[in-house]
Amino acid sequence: MVLEDGSVYTGTPRGAFREAACEIVFNTSMSGYIEILSDPANIGKGVVMTYPLIGNYGVCREDFESDRLHPEALIVHELCDIPSNFRSEATLEEILKEYNIPCLADIDTRSVVQKLCEKGSMKGIVTDDISDMSRLMKAIADFKCEHKAGTKEAYTVGGDNTGAKIAFIDYGTRKSVIKILTDRNCRVTVFPACTDAETVLGGDFGGIFLSDGPGNPAEYENEIKEAAKLLESGKPMLAIGLGYQILALSQGAKVYEMKQGHRGVNHPVRFLENGRTFITSQNHGYAVCGESLPEGVEVTCENVNDSSVEGLSFAGKPVTAVAFTPDANKGASATVFIYNKFIEEAEGTKND
Amino acid sequence: MIDKTIKKVLVIGSGPIVIGQAAEFDYAGTQACRSLKEEGIEVVLVNSNPATIMTDKDIADKVYIEPLTVRTLEKIIEVERPDSILPTLGGQTGLNLAMELEEKGILEKLGTRLIGISARAIKMAEDRQEFKDTMESIGEPCIESLVVETVEDAVDFSAKIGYPVIVRPAYTLGGTGGGIAYSEEELREIASNGIRLSRVNQVLIEKCISGWKEIEYEVMRDSKGNCITICSMENVDPVGIHTGDSIVVAPTQTLSDKECQMLRASALNIIAALGIRGGCNVQFALEPHSFKYAVIEVNPRVSRSSALASKATGFPIARVAAKIALGLGLDEIPNAVTGKTFASFEPAIDYCVVKFPKWPFDKFVTAKRELGTQMKATGEVMSIARSFEAAMHKAVNSLEENRQSILEDEFIALGKEELEKRLHNADNERFYVVAASIYCGISIDTIYDITKIDKWFLNGIKNIVDMEKHLMEGKCDRETMLKAKKLGLTDTVIAKNLGITAEAVKNMREMWGITPAFSLVDTCAAEFAAQTPYYYSDFGIKNESNPATNRRKVLVLGSGPIRIGQGIEFDYCSVHCVWALKQLGCETIIINNNPETVSTDFDVADKLYFEPLTPEFVRNVVELEKPDGAIVQFGGQTAIKLTKALTEMGVRIYGTDADDVDAAEDRELFDETLEKCGIPRPKGKTVFTCEEAIEAANQLGYPVLVRPSYVLGGQGMQIAVCDEDIREFMGIITKTVKELNEHPVLVDKYLMGEEVEVDAICDGEEVLIPGIMEHIDRAGIHSGDSISVYPANRISKSVQDTIVDYTNRLAKALHVVGMMNIQFIVMDNKVYIIEVNPRSSRTVPYISKVTGIPAIAIATEIMLGAKLRNMPYGTGLYRNSGYYAIKMPVFSFEKIRGADTSLGPEMKSTGEVLGISRNYNEALLKAFEGAGVSLPKDGKIIVTVCDKDKPEICQLLKRFKDSEFKFYATEGTQKLLEHEGIKATAVNKISEESPNILDMLHNGEVSLIINTPTHGRVKSRDGFKLRRIAVEAGVTCITSLDAARSLMESATMVENDTVTLTNIAEL
Repeated sequence: MVLEDGSVYTGTPRGAFREAACEIVFNTSMSGYIEILSDPANIGKGVVMTYPLIGNYGVCREDFESDRLHPEALIVHELCDIPSNFRSEATLEEILKEYNIPCLADIDTRSVVQKLCEKGSMKGIVTDDISDMSRLMKAIADFKCEHKAGTKEAYTVGGDNTGAKIAFIDYGTRKSVIKILTDRNCRVTVFPACTDAETVLGGDFGGIFLSDGPGNPAEYENEIKEAAKLLESGKPMLAIGLGYQILALSQGAKVYEMKQGHRGVNHPVRFLENGRTFITSQNHGYAVCGESLPEGVEVTCENVNDSSVEGLSFAGKPVTAVAFTPDANKGASATVFIYNKFIEEAEGTKND
Repeated sequence: MIDKTIKKVLVIGSGPIVIGQAAEFDYAGTQACRSLKEEGIEVVLVNSNPATIMTDKDIADKVYIEPLTVRTLEKIIEVERPDSILPTLGGQTGLNLAMELEEKGILEKLGTRLIGISARAIKMAEDRQEFKDTMESIGEPCIESLVVETVEDAVDFSAKIGYPVIVRPAYTLGGTGGGIAYSEEELREIASNGIRLSRVNQVLIEKCISGWKEIEYEVMRDSKGNCITICSMENVDPVGIHTGDSIVVAPTQTLSDKECQMLRASALNIIAALGIRGGCNVQFALEPHSFKYAVIEVNPRVSRSSALASKATGFPIARVAAKIALGLGLDEIPNAVTGKTFASFEPAIDYCVVKFPKWPFDKFVTAKRELGTQMKATGEVMSIARSFEAAMHKAVNSLEENRQSILEDEFIALGKEELEKRLHNADNERFYVVAASIYCGISIDTIYDITKIDKWFLNGIKNIVDMEKHLMEGKCDRETMLKAKKLGLTDTVIAKNLGITAEAVKNMREMWGITPAFSLVDTCAAEFAAQTPYYYSDFGIKNESNPATNRRKVLVLGSGPIRIGQGIEFDYCSVHCVWALKQLGCETIIINNNPETVSTDFDVADKLYFEPLTPEFVRNVVELEKPDGAIVQFGGQTAIKLTKALTEMGVRIYGTDADDVDAAEDRELFDETLEKCGIPRPKGKTVFTCEEAIEAANQLGYPVLVRPSYVLGGQGMQIAVCDEDIREFMGIITKTVKELNEHPVLVDKYLMGEEVEVDAICDGEEVLIPGIMEHIDRAGIHSGDSISVYPANRISKSVQDTIVDYTNRLAKALHVVGMMNIQFIVMDNKVYIIEVNPRSSRTVPYISKVTGIPAIAIATEIMLGAKLRNMPYGTGLYRNSGYYAIKMPVFSFEKIRGADTSLGPEMKSTGEVLGISRNYNEALLKAFEGAGVSLPKDGKIIVTVCDKDKPEICQLLKRFKDSEFKFYATEGTQKLLEHEGIKATAVNKISEESPNILDMLHNGEVSLIINTPTHGRVKSRDGFKLRRIAVEAGVTCITSLDAARSLMESATMVENDTVTLTNIAEL
């Protein structure tokens, strides 16, 4: 693996090994590798796992967060060949091969993380040929990822449910996000990211959900415009991850690329309203700039460690927007109350 | 925000070290006291254990080394008037005392309260039925079970749910009195025992789920209700083996994210339901083939597991728990490791941690080695590496059991058939059996079917076996070497397999650039730069430990796992040495592998290396750090043993020279020295064979003391009275000491005099003796098992002078610089030396505390060149403190089935307590009370002694013939007593018809048994059985007449209602 600063890490090629340029990010989760790999937010990424033993419990397809694996590459310390778990259907390497994803093993991933923390996030390339460094550096420099993800066609889930009717804007979300809603009796219509606001607002929905997803939020120009209209409607809304950033941008706030991003399941977030702190799952490299907030937009949550903005409110609007992904703990998360509140509001609208 | 009403807090310690409650509470208590003081809180501490750091006067504002009883606590609360009591740092002892104080209305009466946990929450977590009800009410599954108070109810319920069933007594630690019953007969035995041992006479009968995975979560919660997970841990041994006896890895390895999140959510749910403000440990059983789980147990306090989780992640649970108890939120407490994050950041780790238990079976040859629901380990080691295999290897090396690999020839030699049989026994050697089984071709599936150890772990062991097999073929290229090192194989093991020397392996790999590097434990997987230098080694990684060069750099070697004979005292010594060095401006480096201790806390030394204490691993640190010198005097035999290796590495040894250490430990050289100094010692000989031993014994005349040289805690030491004994003992010694040529056997004349002990500080010219200690038990009982009295009050002034004189002579002759410990025997006013240890001993913490002499600090300064004459303490024997301080050994016999409780030259105690008073008898009474021994003034005492002791027992009992004690004895003894005018009732022997002694014991009417065993190996079966039954029935059984006399004296001579308290800080 070669990073854009020229540093080289040597390991063993595994998975469907091929040369792949990517944006190198690290993830500190000690379990959940398959959820991470199948999260569309990791499109274009070379994911470095800090936990050294990856693949221990194999792969169960049921755990996929989308229909496939997304990263450009996986970088690990040790890739387990003989997994052990009652649900395991395949080794991680088999699955990586199936989705044509290269893996670099036997890497001191800790030292990669230190490099990224020191220099900030970097692009890089995994390759089996470092004979021509200038070629590799050019490939890294040229790497540009088309981040867009999410459904191409609208569809409905939980059609038989009798609860709130939710319009779900899919910027590249995960299955478990939608499942939280359908588990709570919601009828969810999932729209492609580029859907115009009129279509959504014309659909008699009780609430609107702006999903999480990959990439630089500023690049979602159309989506930002449409989000402004959705917010304007005054409908109950919940925006998480990328959706939250798009919503912030739609009100004129600014986002910036963080030095190393928040990727892991251990990020403490303080809710300013009552001082409570919750551990959240996060997967983002951009943050909303607290100083850039226009009038009426207020910070509701902050990161305990670096004080970055983690949540916003919009004056007078029944809208919750958070930078983290409150669903990550499989429905048992302490922050799942965010969903419940949204659904309640959405149902209230219906009853009106 | 800190609760402003909290100004003065009483912290309850956990008392003596026993199996199930060890040094982890000293670690937690020390950290917590410092944490409280940081916040400006006045701290009052009570703990009966003098070997702890927490009972140092610097740790709390007021320190009471007093018995942990409600009576004493009430008195302390009365005197000190703390507004709050923090009971969650003193283990089960702390919680039980808190409950009693609450139940008896003492808290309310004295206007104080519990913080960190409410009495209600303790009850919800500890009372079996309440716990079950609470779990049911929040939808957390428990195992099918019923709380019963009678054996009949236990039998009825078990018939309903089907055998096997697990019996768990309520309110006991380390699972005391529990077990698995496969039949009604077994159930009756275990249940009746458990009901008796439980403080509330309850046991839980539970469906046996042996074979499920055992998973633990350490969680924390603050008063705002914020919760976090610190660490998940997976027991390699499935449910059925106590987690204290299991190999444990962190984090979990075989659970998918779904299972992790499920259990994490459950743990957080539970801590919230219990309303805990602090730390909590939740144990789960997880069915290996489904998402079915059950909550096994909740410990609403810091625990052994929390100590492990703290060391495994770098997150200081006790420190944070103390601050939470004061009202601070998790998001308000900075993480001291990173300095950037807050305590509300869940640790992320980027390595694998293995904990391996240390069992005392070498001390208890007759004990059952099977592991079950009752914990038997005295201590543990922890190791850190990037892979499970390497961590496992490091753990094996850390145990100091002469093993370097999990694959050992002696197990391979058992053969496939025998190995397969052995796999069914879950005993202390199971993992060696597993490795040998894999080597011999038994399939992973078969091993899994028998052991239910998850295949992931079995495959890990297979990786090791495969590598060793590969190496045995004699070929090793660079890639293989790197792989082998990454699997944790030591150079020695690689060398053995390749058939070359370890030195050659080292040269080979260095030529290939394969060298160890050190990585940081930082709580955050490198996401933030850490401030705290806490390192582990591995291969194929980037080195993060950058040696500083500006200050004098001193390496201090720790003492490894807690074991009988080498306990927490040595951690006390190591820590104080480090603190003293810091005071002197040195940079300090500590190497140790015990997760339970203060020495491995991240802020004790300037640098902490969590590594095995073997030459190879120590050398890795030495080669990187290049210390100016090393101190080996404070880490017990573990550190002393490394002296030679360190010298060979070119490391200067501060303090006594290696040659002089040898001169004290080598019998021949030592004899020469004694002769030169004109100091007598019991005659003795060094032998190598059984024949030589018998010849020596006959020359010296029986009885003789037989022991291997270089021993720990009298290991393998025996008193022989005839040739037959010698033959047997030599057989045992040759079995345990593999290379007899290097370690000869000593045969000494056994003198039955009074034993006296000194610790001395010497600067090569002058000597300071803080105090002389005298053993109540006469020579022949290991000093660690003897009741020790400071100051010695039975020896004459001239004997005292002789002892001081001999100490002086010997210190000079041996060129001791630093500490030494000498044991004397006084017989007919003549003084003999029996043993010299050129190092700090187990009595140093206690003697330092009661004399006020900071022995370790002085010795450390001296080792670096200071002289006593320039210090304010003087030389010779230090003045008496005016207090009696009596050290009482504490045993864990009830945990080790089948262990003989009779005392002898082999040490058996696991811990100690101290009784302090200006009055000798009160000090003695306090010491007994602290050890959990009480004798009512009108107690019933059963006397059964060997023939040899009969005249003496008569003399002894005569002194008490006018007391209210009621004596019972078997026929012969009873007649003898009556003849001597001592009233005694005859009672039938165990082997005779009912009603007999057994019935008396089971009826709970007996207060004390005085039983002296016959000497030599021909042990009376009746005696052994009686002692075991006494232990299991919870009746004090004293096997030494001296100790019995002291107990009876203290019980009759002290007025029960007067308690004086002594604040250690004022001594």
